[in-house]
Order: sequence, then structure tokens, then C-alpha cells
Amino acid sequence: MSVEQVPIGPNLFTWPTHKPSLIGSRCQCCGEYFFPVQRGCANCSSTSMGEVELGDRGVLWTWTIQGFIPKTPYNSEETPETFTPFGVGYVEMPCGVKVEARLKGSQPDQFHIGMPMQLVIEKLRTDDNGNDVMVFAFQAAEQEA
Amino acid sequence: MSEVAIVGIGMHNFGRSPGLSGLDQGANAVREALQDAGLSWKDIQVAYGGSQDAGNADALCNQLGLTALQFTNIWNGCATGGSSLSAAYNAIKSGSADVALAVGFDKHEPGAFNADPKDWGLDDWYGEAGLMVTTQFFAMKIQRYMAEYGITDDALIKVAQKAFYNGSLNPRAWRRQALSYDDIANSMMVSHPLRKYQFCSPAEGGAAIILCNSNLAKRFTSKLVYLKAAVVRTRVYGSFEVYSPCQAKEQGNAPSVKASQDAFELAGVGPKDFDVLQLQDTESGAEVMHMAENGFCEHGEQEHLIQSGATAINGSMPVNTDGGCLANGEPVGASGLRQVFEVCLQLRGQAGDRQVQNNPKLGYTHVYGAPGLSGVTVLAV
Repeated sequence: MSVEQVPIGPNLFTWPTHKPSLIGSRCQCCGEYFFPVQRGCANCSSTSMGEVELGDRGVLWTWTIQGFIPKTPYNSEETPETFTPFGVGYVEMPCGVKVEARLKGSQPDQFHIGMPMQLVIEKLRTDDNGNDVMVFAFQAAEQEA
Repeated sequence: MSEVAIVGIGMHNFGRSPGLSGLDQGANAVREALQDAGLSWKDIQVAYGGSQDAGNADALCNQLGLTALQFTNIWNGCATGGSSLSAAYNAIKSGSADVALAVGFDKHEPGAFNADPKDWGLDDWYGEAGLMVTTQFFAMKIQRYMAEYGITDDALIKVAQKAFYNGSLNPRAWRRQALSYDDIANSMMVSHPLRKYQFCSPAEGGAAIILCNSNLAKRFTSKLVYLKAAVVRTRVYGSFEVYSPCQAKEQGNAPSVKASQDAFELAGVGPKDFDVLQLQDTESGAEVMHMAENGFCEHGEQEHLIQSGATAINGSMPVNTDGGCLANGEPVGASGLRQVFEVCLQLRGQAGDRQVQNNPKLGYTHVYGAPGLSGVTVLAV
């Protein structure tokens, strides 16, 4: 039986594909963007929401490093002994919305506000069926978009 | 028009109380507040209270007495205590009750909270991916704030140093040992740029405040503190908040901005009028940001205020005189009421070694909680 790559949640990013994109909502009334998909607009209360691709590049808006293993509901198969600190940040997408995501890297000198970021889809854990559970994350972009 | 007076304050010391449930600690706080007021439990006409992890506050009646009073359980994140007090204030102000109680208590396991995404309108993936961690939010908010407004790491260390020094002067604080600059600077990095001693710890404890219609208040005590405003406001669109998978393109005001402005208006005072402040210091950066969000200075001005000692007990703007959340820990249900307890002591002149000098007349408390709400009070003698 082959191992499948299953997204951690439905409708978060286009998958499978060689060029994944985050999926969000755009309010048809006020034009605000949201991630993930929303049924109602937190800005203008409209329910006219359209689904849009938010892209795969952005700019780091703020960041930190998760230095200890989170308690459940964190589910990564790690133990306190095997845990590797990971970055967390908000990445400002081209449309302006800032998406919270895991960041690849665990040292402060790897991050600075304003750095270009690239979306990656990576394995978080193996599920009960032996499939890979895939999560979205960002890493430093190799070149300006 | 009648005013709202605080006639009794009580606390079960924050920290760890092995063998006592959260409810036990809440009941102790209520008993102390009753004693302070010279009242008995049957005098309480309406009560509001809550906890996060220690049960419904109404269960307090089983050990305090079943007296038919109207008791409403409140749950509003870290602003639970502030929300209980606001409800009790409104009960007195509306005339529906003459004597009201706000009570909070909790008993948390050591370590960071582990919230369930579903309780906050989020899907499981958010928690599974490791994003449902409050410490991350506070770190990311101050990280951005430092870059925008020039707040230094040095200032954040000094905020924590002040908290533990104030705690060392407070016989009822949990952390009563002053820490050196190096103790804090060299402590473990929890969530960059914040270290172990710059975060408060989930803890245990209870706090209770008894309110009374001011027309009757003089019967009970000569040490009246007036609750001039008790306001809770939630976030507006664009506010940078905890448990948010995304943030809006344009950043909006924090909920503390609206809460403080409305409280000042209700009380007929301005931010320059205050003598003593309690500002939510979940971590040392929060205290810094909340100084400006509540209108006590401009964004960025905190750096100078902290470096010059303005926020110390003997400074021009004393903040968290009892050691705040950093030295007292955070039993979520009780935390906002601990702030009111401390400001009442200060305004009564009963704060001992940490007493703000020159008879402080006007005090302020501010509690902030997930998923983005603030509860503030204006207190006066």
C-alpha cells in the first residue's frame, strides 16, 4: 500500500500540486481577505464570501520561536526528548492579509521582519493509516519574487 | 445619583495551595472579603464569578451557604474577573441590588495552557500544527512592537526586574524573591524575545470584591473606595489578537484602547490623573504595550519611562505595585480581581512596604484576555 500525503485540514492549501497555494476568502463587499476560508466577514458582516488563492510567497511580518514542546492538541509525534524548536510567524501575502504559520528554522538569526518567504508543504506526522499528514509552513525564499 | 462603592476585598494568596481545590480558594477569598466589609454571606444579594479550570463559581454556595441569591457563572478568558466585576457593578448601578459580589478563582496545572481550538471557533489543525499556544502570540506581538517603536530587550528585562522587586515587598505575592538583571537575562528563552522570567505562570488562587450602593456603604466601613467605571470591550477588526490564523492588512486598535477611553469618559477623568496602575503583564512586553494602549503614554514613549524608573513604586506612574502577574502568577478566573484588590489597598493606604506615597487618590486596573478583550476599572477615594 502506498503512502499518501494528506493535508492536515480541508481546504487550507491546493494539494497535491507542484506549486501549492494557500486558500482563503475574499469578501465581495469590502474586499478584505481571510485565511482560512470564512463564511462571514469579520470586517463588514457580509456573507458574500468568495474563495481565492492567496499565493505561495510573502514577507515576514513578525515571528518567534516555539522553544518548548506544546501540550496537546499539538500532534507531531515528537517527544520532549526529540522536539526541535520551530519558528512561528505571520507572513504578509501579496493581497495584504497576514497568515500565521510554522516557519522552517529554529535560531533567531534565521529570521528578520521583512524577509521574503516561500510556502512549503511538509510532513508533520504519520496518521493512523500510515499516511503522511502534511502542514503548510514558510521558509526563507531563495530569491525575491 | 448613587455610586458604586467597594466595601470588602479578599484574596486567597496566589501560588500553589496543595490540598485545596480552586473552589476552596475562592471561598477563602469571599470569607476574607466579607470579614473586611463586616458583612455575612446572607447579605450578598447578587453574585458573579468564574474560573477556567476549577469549576462553576455557583458551587461556592455549597460551602458558603445556600441563601437563594442570584448567582451567575462568568467565563471570559483571562478577563473573567473583570467581566464579573463589570456585571456586579451594573447590578448596583441599575438599582437591582444593593450588595453584590464578584469572585474569581482557579487552579491550573503547571506549564502553558493547552486550549482546545473548537472552544475558540477554530479547527483542529490549528492546534495540531502547534499554533494554539498563547506564549507565541505575546512574543510575536512584542517582536513587531519592538521593531516599530524602538522598545529594547533591555527595557523588557527591567520590566521583569521591577515585577520581582515589587513582589519581594509584598508578603502575599507568590514570587517574593527579587531577581537580578542577569537572573532574568540568562533565564531560558521560551519564545523569542521572551525568557522564562518574563512570562507569568499559570497558578492557583482566589480573589473577591464586594460592592455596595454608596447610599448604604457608609454603614459598613469608613474606608470606601469608589468604583467609578468597570468596562469590558472586545476587539475591533484589525486588532492583532491571540488565536488568530490571520491578521488583517491594516492593523486596528487593540481592545484596551476602546475599553480605557470608555472608562475614562464614564469616570470623568483622563489618563494623566492616575496615581497607581495595574496593567496586564502576562509577559513583560504586555505591560509595555498596555501602557500605551490604555492611553498612559504614546507608543514608543515606554522605553524612556521604564529606563527612568517612572513605572517603579516611587515613580511618577507606578505600574503593578504588587508584582503583577509576573510575581503573582495567573489563576485566570481571579487575576483581574487581584488587580482591584491591590489598587484598593493602595488607595486605602494599606499597602505596607510597597505603598505609593502621597496618598494616591485615583487608580486603574486593566486585564486582557483571549481571544481579544479587555476589562478595565477606575477606582477612586
